[in-house]
Amino acid sequence: MLKKYFKFLAVGFFFGVLLVKSEIISWYRIFEMFNFQAFHMYGIIGSAIAIGMIGLIVFKKYKVNDINGNPINIPDKEHRFKAGIFGGAIFGLGWGLAGACPGPMYVLMGTGALTISIVLIGSIIGTFIYGLLRSKLPH
Amino acid sequence: METLLEWIKQPWPWYVSGPLIAFVMLALTYFGKGFGMSSNLRTLCTIGGADKFSDFFKFDWKNELWNLVVAQGAILGGFVAYFYLNDAQAINISEATKESLHNYGFSNPGATMVPSEFFSWEAVQDPKIIATLLVAGLFIGFGTRYAGGCTSGHAISGISNLQIASVVAVIGFFTGGLIMVHLIFPFLMPILL
Repeated sequence: MLKKYFKFLAVGFFFGVLLVKSEIISWYRIFEMFNFQAFHMYGIIGSAIAIGMIGLIVFKKYKVNDINGNPINIPDKEHRFKAGIFGGAIFGLGWGLAGACPGPMYVLMGTGALTISIVLIGSIIGTFIYGLLRSKLPH
Repeated sequence: METLLEWIKQPWPWYVSGPLIAFVMLALTYFGKGFGMSSNLRTLCTIGGADKFSDFFKFDWKNELWNLVVAQGAILGGFVAYFYLNDAQAINISEATKESLHNYGFSNPGATMVPSEFFSWEAVQDPKIIATLLVAGLFIGFGTRYAGGCTSGHAISGISNLQIASVVAVIGFFTGGLIMVHLIFPFLMPILL
């Protein structure tokens, strides 16, 4: 049990360190990004996608199995245009305002910026509201 | 070893940080899972009993426990990096950004990780600031599930995996962010600060 989860704790730990050291968790960096005043965030997102793409191509080409010996099979994201645009834009409003997306919210708790928990609580409530309204929304 | 530690304590440039994020995504893929931090919000709803209100929350949350462990690790990593692997507290934002923020009335832009105007204990005694942070969270939580993912799930994992849905969602993310910063901040900031 503990062994099964340890690798996830380790990856999460590394992710947390990375998000602090790259300054991605800074409200200022998000504000700067949306003002196109620095290349930093675009460089991070762009190079992450480029290297991620190469990695996934390598996984597929060499038919790499996952750690449990099963073929790596990444489910396709369901393509729903309206949900992507409307949901995406609503998310973007929050991202710009709070200067944090879900990953950084957890990491900020670790840095002692505990007031981010107000944003976190809001986002849990927001997720709950989506669950309630889902059938009524255009997707 | 000492120089390595010194290097780690500096802020990491984009060309180091970006590929390392890809590494996190690839590691989780290799572990038979996926990179998506907002899924945890849904799991937390289910643990809190949301499955009684909507079928959207009816799933066995124990299967998603691994992702909450990733989030727990991220909190620990944030703690260690911020308090033990950090030489300078200041954020290296551009002069242009500092000037924009000065104009809004921010006292010391970039001096700390997050602006004290929004995140200090003093700031959150103001109901306007609490409401702002809560609304920002509502948008994030509602929007991410509506769009089917957040920055990690769509922008990094989805586009890396050539998903059209993720390209559309990221266009949405940036549309919302640009509207907030360029059209709403000019009205909102004078009220808040």
